[in-house]
Amino acid sequence: MPQFTDLFFYALAGLTLLFGFLTVLNPLSRSPVTSAMFLVLTILCMAGLFVLLHAFFLAAVQILVYAGAVMVVFLFVIMLLDLKADQRRHFNKIAVGLGGLSALAIAGTLVASIVTTIPVSQTAGRLAEGETKALGRLLFESHILPFEILSVLLLVAMVGAILITKKDLR
Amino acid sequence: MEAINYLNPTAQMILFSALKIGVVFGVVMTAVAYAVLVERKVSAWIQNRVGPNRTAPFFINYLPVIGPLLVRLGIFQPAADGLKFLLKEDFTPSYVRKVYFWLAPAITVIPALLTVAVIPFGSNLGSEKMVIADLNVGILYTFGIVSLGVYGIVLAGYGSNSKYPFLGSIRSTAQMISYEIAMGMSVIPIFILTESLNLSDIIRYQAENGWMILKQPLAFVIFLIASFAETNRLPFDLPESESELVGGYHTEYSSMKFALFFLGEYANMIASAAMMVTLFLGGWTLPFIDALNLPASSLLLGLIHIGVFFAKMAFFMIVFIWVRWMLPRFRYDQLMDLGWRRFIPLALANIVVTALVVALFNN
Repeated sequence: MPQFTDLFFYALAGLTLLFGFLTVLNPLSRSPVTSAMFLVLTILCMAGLFVLLHAFFLAAVQILVYAGAVMVVFLFVIMLLDLKADQRRHFNKIAVGLGGLSALAIAGTLVASIVTTIPVSQTAGRLAEGETKALGRLLFESHILPFEILSVLLLVAMVGAILITKKDLR
Repeated sequence: MEAINYLNPTAQMILFSALKIGVVFGVVMTAVAYAVLVERKVSAWIQNRVGPNRTAPFFINYLPVIGPLLVRLGIFQPAADGLKFLLKEDFTPSYVRKVYFWLAPAITVIPALLTVAVIPFGSNLGSEKMVIADLNVGILYTFGIVSLGVYGIVLAGYGSNSKYPFLGSIRSTAQMISYEIAMGMSVIPIFILTESLNLSDIIRYQAENGWMILKQPLAFVIFLIASFAETNRLPFDLPESESELVGGYHTEYSSMKFALFFLGEYANMIASAAMMVTLFLGGWTLPFIDALNLPASSLLLGLIHIGVFFAKMAFFMIVFIWVRWMLPRFRYDQLMDLGWRRFIPLALANIVVTALVVALFNN
């Protein structure tokens, strides 16, 4: 079945790139809701790629957190703001420059990590087959400090968000 | 049947999976149709009415006794309803955003049907496991797919481009996200106890150690109430509350598109009922009788297991319907208050207590 999986990989990878492109630069519609929906499709395709890698946990979490929660809140905000005026607005040059810069930085990081990564053999890849337990052990035993730092960071962001919305506290 | 043995395993897998998907799809669709009938009958009994008792095909007069009884029970009503939905004019208002208006009903139905894929609705028939996809992350898959169901309602409100649907969809978004958190947290103690995310493993654990509803009653109550909010059913049907929002997110819809929202709601009910049976009521098992508690050894036992699962599911469907006609609608702030200030802290406390008990006593 190797050709079969390859076919799925190229289809999903192609779709991910296509939907990602349509998120940023859609020739048919400048509606932010459409962009958000294409981002959802991009995320779903990425979850499909995780499934092909037998990383079912990551795929499920990708859909649950990003497609199911984060993007719904995005849509919520976009719909409430009603960005009709913004649709016709010209590109903000500084924003485009900064966006390009961060895209380049991410691309650089990706290339660097791809170059330095040693390809994993087939047998090692199989071990990760839906092993949620192994992932949990890795997170809570060998990488406990970075994990906790991230948790505190998220907590700070949460408290900050609540503080911003509470006007009477200031 | 002999020919099946000559196929290679992949072809067999594909054949059996396609068969299971077809049968489960058919059963869920039929169950949806008859759930609507049960809803109408139960509401009629609760309100001291009769309910649908007229619809009859022409040949029914030739059946003595049983024919009139079936008509009185409204057995043929779902067929008539379906035909009506198909034949009515499908009206698209001029001001809608067409693409989203067309997509929304489909996006509502598809996730509702996909959730059923991981639910073990029986032990096995022959050597074939009675679950479409026995995923190791079964429950996370379910939650992921359920969380995608919001998009149908959001896009229905956005695509309709008018005030009532928009308000309905905004309400629904907030409500479903809030209760998803409570729902997701309420099931974590189950994983702490069973040490698995696989639904078949969870059923096996319950067959050996007693049903989860006895060990985690608090988690069950939170899950049950949250599933009312997730399926937009009374007492939490604020997204479509008729008295203030006309019909909520489906105000502008007619004919089959409207029927798809209806279908999505009932399919969601079936999916949540199936989840509750699997997580809290031991799935297809019945305690105290070994033959019913262990995977089936014969074809008949396999069918009985499926029957047990369906009986438990039907019980929850009746509860859904019963509650709808007994309780008034919540106010929006009460709904949010219940979700965020009662259920989430309770679910968190439940996780901590369960984890502590397991850590202290299970070593």
